[in-house]
Amino acid sequence: MKRFEYARAGSPSDAVRRFRPGTMYLGGGTNLVDLMRLGVAEPDLLVDVSRLPLDVIEPVGDRLRVGAAVRNTDLAADPLVRTRYAMLARAVLDGASGQVRNMATVAGNLLQRTRCAYFQDVSRPCNKRRPGSGCPAIEGDHGNLAVLGASDACVATHPSDMAVALAALDAEVHVTGPGGDRIIPMPGLHRLPGDEPERDTVLEPGDLITAVELPAPPPGASTYRKVRERASFAFALVSIAASLDVGSDGVVSGCRIALGSVAHVPWRAERAERLLIGGPATGAAFLEAAEAELDQARPLPRNAYKLPLARNLIVATLEELAP
Amino acid sequence: MDITLKVNGTPHAVDVDPRMSLLDLLRERLGLIGAKKGCDHGQCGACTVLIDGRRANACLALAVAVDGSEVTTVEGLAKGDDLHPLQAAFIEHDAFQCGYCTPGQLCSAVAMLGEPGPSAVTDDLALDPELTPEEIRERMSGNLCRCGAYVNIVKAIAEAAP
Repeated sequence: MKRFEYARAGSPSDAVRRFRPGTMYLGGGTNLVDLMRLGVAEPDLLVDVSRLPLDVIEPVGDRLRVGAAVRNTDLAADPLVRTRYAMLARAVLDGASGQVRNMATVAGNLLQRTRCAYFQDVSRPCNKRRPGSGCPAIEGDHGNLAVLGASDACVATHPSDMAVALAALDAEVHVTGPGGDRIIPMPGLHRLPGDEPERDTVLEPGDLITAVELPAPPPGASTYRKVRERASFAFALVSIAASLDVGSDGVVSGCRIALGSVAHVPWRAERAERLLIGGPATGAAFLEAAEAELDQARPLPRNAYKLPLARNLIVATLEELAP
Repeated sequence: MDITLKVNGTPHAVDVDPRMSLLDLLRERLGLIGAKKGCDHGQCGACTVLIDGRRANACLALAVAVDGSEVTTVEGLAKGDDLHPLQAAFIEHDAFQCGYCTPGQLCSAVAMLGEPGPSAVTDDLALDPELTPEEIRERMSGNLCRCGAYVNIVKAIAEAAP
């Protein structure tokens, strides 16, 4: 591991003040410390923000404000999250292990890096890690990489479960930084790779996430489902956060769908949502919407299996949520 | 950097390199070799210890970042010659073969039994579920056992559960 300096921030503004080129903020460290050990992340200065008083979950009117340093365990165990935001609790519980969830923070979960094998191996080229060096995944091992929104430069996926639920919930990410405070609506925090795959998010240098605010939950039933290669402690092949509200006339009045592990971002399936709202809540309609969404996909030879998987997951999940 | 830690009730003041993990501090500086270095990536759970009562992967925690914490390792579970009930249950149920993962399994299980709330296999998120074998398996999925002693590990934990 490369040498670095360590400092503990006393407040969010103190953290931002300490920021200079080469600085990284340290949350739970479950991804960052590993990346430092692998030589993928080489900060000169770690500013520890894990002990800032940003570890509170509090209702604000009909909304819920979740501090950036809230541990994943505490988020999933919170009574309001469990009862009002079930898809979020499920997504968090589907991620990682008990140990990792005890350490990992909300902001760190959002800002974790891709688990693409080439990104994590400093002996290999990777446009995300070393811009311009190439992407061996396109010709190589891309079995769990992106089928939607990828570019010729990068086919990485964002690995978070929690972020998928936050995207479906229209969560707002509160940020402070050298340029002041701002609010970024999900799923707009993350960006598609384009020709700048080294940028995972729209955050600017020195920006610090302070909270995530959840609007009132969408009406109707909601859930999170994750398909993976083993039953626990594995990243998704495809996951879905979805809500469905159906009127007594059988017409869909509200629908949210976000997909995980299919893109560089938590993928909000807006095309499918638009097709479904105002139409019948039937299996045929769900299938049509899923296929319309996935028409945009550009799979690679070894990840094309994700398309029927995603299609079936969308249909099965909506059927489960339909009254 | 100077940090202080209480480990198994004993205070320690140590000067550490910022790069040092809690795991390396315990093993290399404090002589507590119960917590094991398996993968050093947070994937196997062999290094599991309790930090302020919560189970965590000691390999992923920087020692400087846990300054001021209370740490419990497997060496701190027994009271003198009186084994912790989980240690006794592991022996009773033959819940290990080579034993390399056992310190992590024990620390993880001790903390897990005190963790509230649902898990990924809980049907009704509003209720705190009973600790069925399925719940134990899910909650212990951060601890791998290459000998495959899982069946008896689950039995031992089920017996020791309150």
